[in-house]
Order: sequence, then C-alpha cells, then structure tokens
Amino acid sequence: MSTHRQHFRSKGLDFSSAFFTSLTGFATALILAILVIILLNVFLNGWSGLSWRFVSTIPQKDFFEAGSAAVLPMIVGTTIRVFVMTLFVIPVGVITAIYLTEYASTTSLYTRVIRAAVNNLAGVPSIVFGLFGLGFFINFIGKNLDAALHTAGPQFGQPAVLWASLTLAVMTLPVVIVATEESLKAIPPGLREASLALGATKLETICKIVLPNALPGILTGAILAISRAAGEVAPIMFTGAAYYMADLPKKVTDQFMDLGYHIYVLSTQSPDIEKTRPILYATVLVLLLLTFSLNLVAIVVRARMRRAMRALH
Amino acid sequence: MPEVTLQKISVAGGTESAPPSGPALIEVKRLSLHYGATRALKEISITLPERLVTAFIGPSGCGKSTFLRCFNRMNDLIDNVRIEGVVKIGGHDIYGDDVDVIELRKRVGMVFQKSNPFPKSIYENIAYGLRLHGLKAKSELDGVIETSLRGAALWDEVKDRLHASALGLSGGQQQRLCIARAIAIKPEIILMDEPASALDPLATARIEDLILDLKRDYTIVIVTHNMQQAARISDHTAFFYLGELIEFDTTKKIFTNPTNKRTEDYVTGRFG
Repeated sequence: MSTHRQHFRSKGLDFSSAFFTSLTGFATALILAILVIILLNVFLNGWSGLSWRFVSTIPQKDFFEAGSAAVLPMIVGTTIRVFVMTLFVIPVGVITAIYLTEYASTTSLYTRVIRAAVNNLAGVPSIVFGLFGLGFFINFIGKNLDAALHTAGPQFGQPAVLWASLTLAVMTLPVVIVATEESLKAIPPGLREASLALGATKLETICKIVLPNALPGILTGAILAISRAAGEVAPIMFTGAAYYMADLPKKVTDQFMDLGYHIYVLSTQSPDIEKTRPILYATVLVLLLLTFSLNLVAIVVRARMRRAMRALH
Repeated sequence: MPEVTLQKISVAGGTESAPPSGPALIEVKRLSLHYGATRALKEISITLPERLVTAFIGPSGCGKSTFLRCFNRMNDLIDNVRIEGVVKIGGHDIYGDDVDVIELRKRVGMVFQKSNPFPKSIYENIAYGLRLHGLKAKSELDGVIETSLRGAALWDEVKDRLHASALGLSGGQQQRLCIARAIAIKPEIILMDEPASALDPLATARIEDLILDLKRDYTIVIVTHNMQQAARISDHTAFFYLGELIEFDTTKKIFTNPTNKRTEDYVTGRFG
C-alpha cells in the first residue's frame, strides 16, 4: 500500500502550472476589481444626485445647475432609439443569417464576400458609422425623400431618432448576424431532415422547426446589440442627438436628447465642472441603470423562452 | 388499402431465379451518383417489389444509405451531388422535370438512423406532418394520431401523455414515434436507414416486429449493418460493395447460397 502511494506522490510543487494558475486567477481578479471600482465610484458619487424630480422632469436650458438639471428626455430618447434600432436590426440580421446558413452555398465567392463584409463591419470605428449615417441616411435618403414628397422645409433631411436608430442598427448588424448564425448552426441537421422527409418545404422547415429552436440564440444577439448600442454616442452625434430640446420627441423625424451624449455635453461644456460633477455622476448612474434594465427585458424574455423549451427537453 | 396477397418468398427462395416476385414499385435503371468528382454509386439497376421488405446490406461506405436517399431525393440537399440514370416509383420518373419533390416525399417516408423527434410534444410531432398536408380539424388530427401511434405499437405506452415532450421518451420509443410520424401521412414506401442501430436488443426486437407488421400496408426498404436483422425481417436482400450492387436476390438465397463470392464472404463474416 505504502509503495503504491510512493509511486503516485508528486515529487514536489509543479512550478509552471502553479505559476499559470495564479496568472489566470490574477487576470480575472483584475477585471473584477476594475468593474467593482467603476460601479462603486459611480454609485457612491451618483446616488446623492438621484431624485424623483431628476428622472421625471424636463430640464431647463441651463442644465449644469443642480436646481434645473433633469434627465427625463434623455431617458426617453435613449430608450426610443434602442427600441427602434432593435426593430430594424433583428429582422435584417436574422434574415441575413438565415440566408448565409440555410441558403447560400458555403463555397461561392458571393457568400465569402458577404461574410468578409459582415466581419469587417464589426471592426469599423463607431464615429465612422456616425459619418456614414449623416452622409447616407440624412443627406442621401432623407434629402431625396424630402425632394420626392415636396415637403415644406427639411423633414427627413435632418438629424432624427429614425436616422440615429438606423445608424445604430447598421453598426450592431454583425453582432445579430453572428449570434443568429451560431444558433442556427447548433440545430441538429436531423431535425431539418426529419421535416423535409415529411414533405415540408425548405421555407416551412425554417419557419416551423429551425427558427423556433433558434429563438434564444437570436435573443442573445439582441441583448448584445442593445448593450453595445445603448451607451454609444459617436454614431448618434451627427444623426439625431440634440444638445437641448424643450420638449420630448413626438415623431421619428424629431431630434432627441440622449443620455450618453448628455454625459459628453455635461463633461465638456460645463462652465463650472465642480458644480456639475454631482449631476454628471447621477446621469452616468441613470445610463448604467437604463442599459441594465433594457438588457434585463431581453434576458427575462430569453429565460422564459428557454424554460418553455426545456419543458420539452 | 387494397387487399394484396403476400408473395410466398420462401418458395422462390431456393431456386436459381434472381428477379423478385410481386408487382414492381421501385425501378432503378443504371443509376450513378457523383459527389463532385468521386463516383459513389456505379450504374445500379434494381427492381423492388411492392409490400415486401428489402434489406440493403454491405460494409460501411458502400453506398447503401446514399442509394436509399435517392428514393426520396434527400440527396438533393447536398451540394455537388450529380445523379444519372432513372428511378421510377409507380412508373413515374422521380427525377423528371415535372416532379413535385414535396409530393414525392409525402409518398416515400423515411426513418433515420438517429431518432430525430422534434422538440415538441408527442402529439405535435405527428400533427406536424399532417398539418403540412392540410389536415387541420382537431377531431381528425386526434383520430389519425391515435391510428398512427397504434400502427407504430406505441399507443399504449404514451396515450396518457400525448402532450408531454417527445424528448422524454426512451430511444426505442423515440424511434417508434418517428415511424408513427412517417406513417401518419400515409406513404406507400418507408425508407429506413439503420433504424435500430442505436437501440438495445429489446428495443430492436420491437422495431423488427413492427417492420413485419408494417409490410402488410407498406413497401419497406431498410439499410442495416446487422446481418441477423436482415435475415429475420427482409424478403429480399441486396448486397452493395464499393458503390456497386453486387447481388440482389431473395434473402434466403443471399444468406444460404449466394452466387457471388464477395457476397458469401460478407454474409459469412469473412470481411466487412
């Protein structure tokens, strides 16, 4: 017995694996620490600035003063642009992913070009999307729409919620496409074969078998897109965000105030940064909470869907 | 289903004559199949009779599953597949220009090697195919679903949990559900691609009993690696090797007195 033990007992500490273990542990701890520091900092400094009045009223033009600062229009604006973006990006992204996985030949040049385009789209800096939105959506589509509809004055050819949302949709498209593609590929080929062998068309198979099973993955794409888009400022600076508006946006062609952009304004345009700092912290806290709640909606929907599906597993 | 007297295979079994008895249902003439540049099936000609069980045997990679999938055009789904020759079912060329593949697959059902019930309830698994083909009324659905489950010898085991998930069934039950799903849309032919290869001996025996029952109403073509299974359930056996049909005859003759040396080597276990 003791001789056996002798054989299996290690000769001493395995230094290289101990080193690697502590290295990976340290990296994880570092990331966690940064996150905790950011959250604590924002929470502790922003908490005192939060009030019901702050989140539920429209601010005065001089929103650098504690008395007149408020963020209701920014909450509304950011929420609307995220929803409108989701409305556009999910159908387009899902349909593209269906084409790429279910229809396109994997070897054709055309498919490879689309895939390369999708991957490169993900690497484009967001300010470039902002300029693209200004040039394409506002100056090209918007101005031409105005000309075609003979509107009095610019109606579509100016920054608006619609254009900001579309710009964000273009920016988040790769995320949705990739997430949807992954979930489509994860569906066992046997299910498709079973459906086709029963005399279903390809379209029926996709709609009734493939898509329902891919829904949680598609929602993951939506969650990632929302997380990315909610805090983005650069793409909306030229395409829809306003410095100040005395009223909430009423139509998709209105401009809007945005939380992220407002944070930028507060931190760069304030006449007295010391006075503005508590408002700034409170606004950042509101943005964090809003992003989190928007995500939460999608996460809850996905969890319900998974539960419904697990009931069948 | 019209009454059809079963052919007495056992009588034909010992004789020299190769062509199978019974009215022909599937006729294949000089069928070749290419995957890109490789030829997977070489000029296969075969005639399968109605309401009998035909087994395809042969070592892995001999093309028997590929050949089976020619009968419901499942090979269409694979890129780069080219098929030459003629496959006629009930006298119609199923690779003709005017063929509706959907209608073909309705008439030629399939059961796969790995049981593949949809992640839906037992009821919905069978209702799926029925709804595709226009059956909507609940009372009618209920009736056909019960008949199909009885037909697949599964009714008694699941009648109290029709709305429970199909994925909660055992492997053998899942495979019988797949058979029920296939027979629900009333095909003429059922293709089975190693339907029992992933099942334990008891579940396999139940599937085999079921196949013997089903042949009263359906023409069955089964691919199997299990020599005993082919011998137990099939009326005719075709032996494939390297993409060629080596020998096709009554099962009795293939297993007792094959003409070809390679067939004999294979069925006696000398290679494969």
